[in-house]
Amino acid sequence: MNADELMPALGQATGETVQMVFWSALLTLILGLPLGVLLVIADRGGLVPVPPVKALLGGVVNVGRSLPFIVLMVAILPFTRLVTGTTIGTVAAIVPLTLGAVPFYARLVETALRGVDREVVEAAQAMGASRLRVIGRVMLPEALPGLVAGLTVTIVALIGYSAMAGAIGGGGLGDLAIRYGYQRFDTAVMVVTVVLLVVVVQVVQSVGDLVARRLSHK
Amino acid sequence: MIHVSGLRKVYGNGVVALDGVDLDVREGEIFGVLGQSGAGKSTLLRCVNLLERPTAGTVTVDGRELTTLGQAELRRARQGIGMIHQHFALLSSRTVAGNVAFPLEVAGVPRTRRAARVRELLELVGLADKASARPAQLSGGQKQRVGIARALAAGPKVLLSDEATSALDPGTTQSILALLKRLNAELGLTIMLITHEMHVIKAICDSVAIMRDGRIAEAGTVAELVARPGSLLTREIFPLPEPAPSGTVTLTFAGRADEPVISGLVRRFEVDVNVLGGSLEELGGRTVGRLRVRLDGGDRAGALAYLRGRGVLVEEAGPEEISAESAGGTGTAEPIEAAGVVEEAR
Repeated sequence: MNADELMPALGQATGETVQMVFWSALLTLILGLPLGVLLVIADRGGLVPVPPVKALLGGVVNVGRSLPFIVLMVAILPFTRLVTGTTIGTVAAIVPLTLGAVPFYARLVETALRGVDREVVEAAQAMGASRLRVIGRVMLPEALPGLVAGLTVTIVALIGYSAMAGAIGGGGLGDLAIRYGYQRFDTAVMVVTVVLLVVVVQVVQSVGDLVARRLSHK
Repeated sequence: MIHVSGLRKVYGNGVVALDGVDLDVREGEIFGVLGQSGAGKSTLLRCVNLLERPTAGTVTVDGRELTTLGQAELRRARQGIGMIHQHFALLSSRTVAGNVAFPLEVAGVPRTRRAARVRELLELVGLADKASARPAQLSGGQKQRVGIARALAAGPKVLLSDEATSALDPGTTQSILALLKRLNAELGLTIMLITHEMHVIKAICDSVAIMRDGRIAEAGTVAELVARPGSLLTREIFPLPEPAPSGTVTLTFAGRADEPVISGLVRRFEVDVNVLGGSLEELGGRTVGRLRVRLDGGDRAGALAYLRGRGVLVEEAGPEEISAESAGGTGTAEPIEAAGVVEEAR
């Protein structure tokens, strides 16, 4: 691949990676955050202790976490088709990416929320705050730095997963590296995509760290 | 103001934290609950605002029986009960002003009135200049002042204090206690505090309950308990070796420690008075002292009658106590070993 072909190909692949990661990260946040909250409040000693619910959700999360992403991706192909109408392409890749990342992020949310001082939660209850207020105005704001750090880790993981999603025609930088750099022995493409991936991950991690630090007042 | 009756708390693992507690905190007083860790005092306090649901018994605060209230009513009732905590329990995600505003948000006070009330409260606790600081930037004493301002924000009649000075150094402890005393006097605030530190009781409490093994071992006003023979409070405030060696007399001067009682004793009854140990304390504005002496020669019975006549509480050590002590002791003949006790010169 010469430079004239490489630049547009790189541009398109980067766009696809960003699209996949952005949408799956957004969906992961929307689904994983409440799931993480449920894991904490439904636990024994939580705000709304329902241990069977916690056990059930914890089990589902563990199943999701134990499947290798590439297996999960193939295993849920029927579901992907049901949701998006297709099993190939960038949009179709968002489904397995999201399903793979939600349990991962939910566990990180759970850990961040468990780090919130128990005394602070009790203090809010002692002031007559409702459970919803305790969650929304105390637990989540107090855990915010941890929630942001967790989201950063999740996005980085999604960038990695998105390369595998290339295998089902998801496109993106990983797909480009495999098809040109590996299968056609085009070392230049391989080097450029690897460098680009490293740069993207670095940027995401740095921004995430910066935001988390800014939010932390401990 | 706070009435607790027949309170029991048994945890799921079978541990009995409260074993039938009855308690009355009068309006406008500072009521201290003293006890070792594990005595159940923390559970007791947490039962007063129902952070902990008692297994049995009732809790009434300001005329409302909390134990019968539903969730929504309980939340409203809790807005009238402030609480401060050992580790301050401030929201690290909010500024000082934001922390104090929290209970106002809970109470539904509109934003515009919140700001004014927050300023007023921060001035009350002497932190007006720290409104936009973060809790992490404050010292322990300042954090507890924020905690106090926050606890008072919704205008409660009752303040619960959960070991509020236990994490502070002695100087800061004194200033926080002084602040609590001032709020008690100026706002008519009823304060129920728990502590394992006797000096907190001595410094500000009007009444005290001593807890042991989930029960109230002794309760009453500080003045009452000090004047009661053999009270636990007196023994703890004025530590003397127990049991008292035989032949000795323990004298408690409740509010008369500044009179020359002892020298009068020596002159009138010609007894030799040997002071074995003792101490003086300021309690609720009165000087109270406890003295252990040995009286020899002269008119001993007359001397004791004279002391009783002067309002001194006289406790005579019986001879059986010494035998119990030497039987259980290490065999040394030295009856008094505790630090701070003056040894009898022979």
